[in-house]
Amino acid sequence: MKYKSQKVAYWFFALSMLLLVLQITYGFIMGFARIGFDGLHEFIPFNTARAVHTNLLVVWLLSGFMGAAYYIIPEEAQNELVSVKLAYVQLISLAVVGVIAIIGFHFNYWEGRKFLEIPRPLDYLVVVNVLLFLGIILLTLFKGKRRTTTALVLSMGLLFAALLYLPGMLQFDSQTMDSFFRWWVVHLWVEGVWELIMGGILSFLLIKLTGVDREVIEKWLYVIVGLTFLSGILGTGHHYYYIGVNKIWIIVGGIFSALEPLAFLAMALFAVNMYRKGEKKHPNKIALYWTIGSAIVSFVGAGLLGFAHTIPQTNIYTHGTLVTAMHGHLAFWGAYAMIVLAIISYALPNLTGRKMFDSSRGRMAFWMSNIGMVGMTVAFGVAGVAQVYLERKMKMDFMLVQNEISVHFIVLVTCATLFTTGIILYILEFIKHGTPSDEALETKE
Amino acid sequence: MLSKKQARAFFLGGTAVTFLIFIGLTVFSLSAAQDQTHRENLSEQAIRGKNIWEKNNCMGCHTILGEGAYYAPELTKVIERRGEGYVKAVLMSPVPWQPNGRKMVAYKMSESDADDMIAFFKWIGNIDLNGFERVVSPLAKTKNN
Repeated sequence: MKYKSQKVAYWFFALSMLLLVLQITYGFIMGFARIGFDGLHEFIPFNTARAVHTNLLVVWLLSGFMGAAYYIIPEEAQNELVSVKLAYVQLISLAVVGVIAIIGFHFNYWEGRKFLEIPRPLDYLVVVNVLLFLGIILLTLFKGKRRTTTALVLSMGLLFAALLYLPGMLQFDSQTMDSFFRWWVVHLWVEGVWELIMGGILSFLLIKLTGVDREVIEKWLYVIVGLTFLSGILGTGHHYYYIGVNKIWIIVGGIFSALEPLAFLAMALFAVNMYRKGEKKHPNKIALYWTIGSAIVSFVGAGLLGFAHTIPQTNIYTHGTLVTAMHGHLAFWGAYAMIVLAIISYALPNLTGRKMFDSSRGRMAFWMSNIGMVGMTVAFGVAGVAQVYLERKMKMDFMLVQNEISVHFIVLVTCATLFTTGIILYILEFIKHGTPSDEALETKE
Repeated sequence: MLSKKQARAFFLGGTAVTFLIFIGLTVFSLSAAQDQTHRENLSEQAIRGKNIWEKNNCMGCHTILGEGAYYAPELTKVIERRGEGYVKAVLMSPVPWQPNGRKMVAYKMSESDADDMIAFFKWIGNIDLNGFERVVSPLAKTKNN
């Protein structure tokens, strides 16, 4: 590492790893419940497991993004973080809010709004936490020696992500209105500003790992985030097809959703081309695996599967079925989980001074988790398509269909076990690196 | 070849234009003239029902308007499909309801809470969903034919 204050990133990454393990645990509870093994129903019913699973996903990714920012911004701005103490306060408060929310979900302390289950009093704490984070990042950038496009795009993504949390705090009497503005948060996060964050991290990693000129990489970063917003903002319409608002969204959402894969395709081509152009000299091959992998898998999961699911003529049947879970899993994994794992893989040897760049355990972690996740996506997909035909076309009763497709959840749990083994290997690598050390500080020549 | 300045202009310009169109479409589609939800029928009782729906995170298992967790049935047309009596019995049941083996939390609702939920479901059931209501309605087969 180049700046001492970058060390704070390590603890955000450690929190991410802890929450990821918990998220997977609750995923298994749901997977087993779908097969019929719901022995925990009394204590952890499905709706609790589901709220914990999705909210932990959001919190561990946010913790990863924050860690990424604390690592990247000092290096890009060529300046120490303005306050390391406040960064630790922010980390602890993030963990506390997360823990209260997760425990609360087990005691009916929540809001039944998909992805935004955190109750409003805690929402205010989230806002304070994020404001503190943004204050540290933006002040560091402002006081820095230089302002790079990579840092600006990353910071802009984080700032917009914070602003877009606010529409989710509005209260409506109408379910349609509630849903309409809930997607301002969820869609404009994952198919909008989070892609800015992903683009910023991707750009930083490609500059470091490939050695390609910053000007070239950052020019394409603008093009990619431009394509993201051009398609993603109006692509929000695909959530409005069938919730009780005007048909105009079917036309607008249909057209712009069809354009959304372009941003992901551009990102994948960009990453692969930069790798091919580069010197291929950087020893951290594992970080390169995760970086290029993220760009490619996000194109398949978010781009292609998202496109297939959001064509209006298809979506009228697939809306509200397991097909959504199919797309959701590979999209989140490729676009966001993998990019967080990429920046951790890159930063860890630099923070700790342990240059464990190319271990077989690291490669196994990459392949097992990816193959496991692809298997899970296929299992969700087969179950979802069968559900669509039996329930929506053949008009069979919901539970009869669920019993018919429960066999696919045995496949799902099997693939999830492979996936989890990969994640455990990744975390073992994380632990093996040890904690950050001042000795890892690069001396300026 | 595209310069960095042009790339930035593409990003900023494209974002600004699409965002303005998005806001315009939002205002248009949420205006009273375009209402498809019959908001005039949204009674106090139905709003109480929505609050109970959220308080218990029903969306964590069921779906409504096609949104939720796909573990339990879609409830947009549940009154049409099952009738008020059945739905009330499920909500007021002192033991977990478990059709075909999948358990629901026993909410043991009072009669008035269950009535609020029914009012909410009835209001939801009358929303014009651009054709999706036919896909999830028990009458869909006849309507499609």
